[in-house]
Amino acid sequence: MAKPTISTDWLAGCAGCEMSLLDIDERIVKVAELVEIRSTPITDLKEPDLNGVDVGILTGAVNNTTNQEVAHRMRSRCKTLVALGDCAVFGGVVAMRNFFKLDDALRRAYVEAESNDGESKVPSSPELARPVEVRALGEEVKVDVNVPGCPPDADVIFYVLSELAQGRKPVLKGDTLQWQ
Amino acid sequence: MGTKKITIEPVTRIEGHAKVTIHLKEDGDVERAYLHINEFRGFEKFCEGRMYFELPSIMPRICGICPVSHHLASAKTCDQLVGAEPPRPASLLRELMHMGQIVQSHGMHFFELAGPDLLLGFDANPATRNVVGLIQANPALALKAVALRKFGQEIIKTLGGRKVHPSFAVPGGVNKALRPAERDGILAGLKDAMLTTRLGIDLIKDWTTRNRQDVERFAVFPSGYFGLTTPQGSLELYQGECRLVDRQGNLLEQFPASRYLDYIAEHVEDWSYLKFPYYKKMGFPQGAYRVGPLGRLNVADQIDTPEAHAEFKIFKGLNGGRPVEHTLYYHYARLIETLFALERIEILLNDPDILSTDIVNTKKTMQREAVGVIEAPRGTLFHHYRINENGQVEKVNLIVSTGHNNWAMNMAVDSVARTYISGQRVHEGLLNRVEAAVRAYDPCLSCSTHALGQMPILIDIVDSSGTTVETLRRD
Ligand code: SF4
Repeated sequence: MAKPTISTDWLAGCAGCEMSLLDIDERIVKVAELVEIRSTPITDLKEPDLNGVDVGILTGAVNNTTNQEVAHRMRSRCKTLVALGDCAVFGGVVAMRNFFKLDDALRRAYVEAESNDGESKVPSSPELARPVEVRALGEEVKVDVNVPGCPPDADVIFYVLSELAQGRKPVLKGDTLQWQ
Repeated sequence: MGTKKITIEPVTRIEGHAKVTIHLKEDGDVERAYLHINEFRGFEKFCEGRMYFELPSIMPRICGICPVSHHLASAKTCDQLVGAEPPRPASLLRELMHMGQIVQSHGMHFFELAGPDLLLGFDANPATRNVVGLIQANPALALKAVALRKFGQEIIKTLGGRKVHPSFAVPGGVNKALRPAERDGILAGLKDAMLTTRLGIDLIKDWTTRNRQDVERFAVFPSGYFGLTTPQGSLELYQGECRLVDRQGNLLEQFPASRYLDYIAEHVEDWSYLKFPYYKKMGFPQGAYRVGPLGRLNVADQIDTPEAHAEFKIFKGLNGGRPVEHTLYYHYARLIETLFALERIEILLNDPDILSTDIVNTKKTMQREAVGVIEAPRGTLFHHYRINENGQVEKVNLIVSTGHNNWAMNMAVDSVARTYISGQRVHEGLLNRVEAAVRAYDPCLSCSTHALGQMPILIDIVDSSGTTVETLRRD
């Protein structure tokens, strides 16, 4: 039987969830035996395969128009979608920005910051994504598995990957359900 | 044929979201290439109104690769806000944690992110040009690399309870002392970590010798250099004075971090969410400089630990005594620093104060404003807070490591695109070289886009009317 394929990508977050994934250490060899790793931020394929992958994993919150595109593309190209980490599960620290007006946040960073020179304005080139109100992944697309934690512990991530690799839907409870 | 634009998106094997656009002239030669950092999160704004002591927990969420740098820069700023200098053992323990992070971050970058280009080749199949491909090609080496990163992460966990987003530093000190068994546990892993770092140094020296031509034409350009040093001018990663040298290596400025606004300003370009810091007196872009491993070794006069200093002397000779301008030597500089961090870990663990329980100063004389600084793996990191009479944050200003290298990364992308690409001749391996130019700086785009941000790479080909005629992605 062909190995299940996995793609991952990051939305607005801090890459801490990816670091926690790497903290499975030597067990990465085991994961590479069980699944075929396709597009991820640390491999050079840029997107999930057009004909789909078995598992899609997204970290980070939906924070701009590019995040929205990436989230929808992953959803449409994977069978099981995992929201990994607090940012993806409920918006996390990123969602703290929703307490402020987006324009005020942009102005603070690009116009008012003490170190800015006099000519500053908010970047708006069409090359750039537009920020949007921060949402959890599940508010943007349908999520099949939520894995909370900031970041989730490496052991929890390894458990989730092992279950998915064997075609099971991971159930977090007891030791594997952690909020830290 | 009209002019074209090539887009690489996302740039992979870097941290965060970026894209590169390469604009081509009618004849297919490169007109200009840009690195766009494509995300903004807004930490400066949403920290307003929080209590100052929450910031050492919130700020690390800027970046999960160097959370310790943000945690410590934030705590150092808070030390000053409460007016409590940490006792010596607390400073030693904080530095120990920071060295653990340097080892894990630098080690991961060399072997797991840049390694596939260097060890498998820029033109290797993109489907396997990654850490899994490395595990298949050389499992023994890959496992050593995993163990090196783990060694650094375990130090962080030993002190702060977890590997990512630890909780350890508090205003005025740290919240946990080191136990003898924990110290011995770290010491036991030191030898293997040294051997793996040495192996990396042999690999990069061998690679740069065999690829001399590439090294000499791959994004080599002059700039200023910036980093912390000890008062005697030695390499310093935890605390020191800011030093800025010009392209010839002449000292331009030496100043305490608290005065950063007198020397550094930031420029904004419409096409990137990442700002461009520069030396104020020279203006932008003349005053642009580089930070991180290459910048730090270029500003330092010596290294105070023997093994790293021996390599440092070789490094200093690479460009005839002038600052080293070669982007690809970032990798060598990064490993010399890893060696230094490991030597520091040994010195710190053997310090008689390291097991002391005098770890926090609880005295308080509140101040309203403070600046904290640290050398994060990718460069100098400034945190600047102002609080009100209730201890609530009024203003936050941040200059993050990768930001200082924004101009340089753009120069590197432009330079590599000009050297290797013409419209008649674009293939995946060449585009990968453009990405490798970004990768050498080990950018941390999460850090960079704390304001709002993300960074992948994509190549669009646009005609002279601005219409995209082709988009190259590697899938
Ligand atoms: S959940 Fe936490 S660790 Fe994961 S991306 Fe968000 S802030 Fe980073």
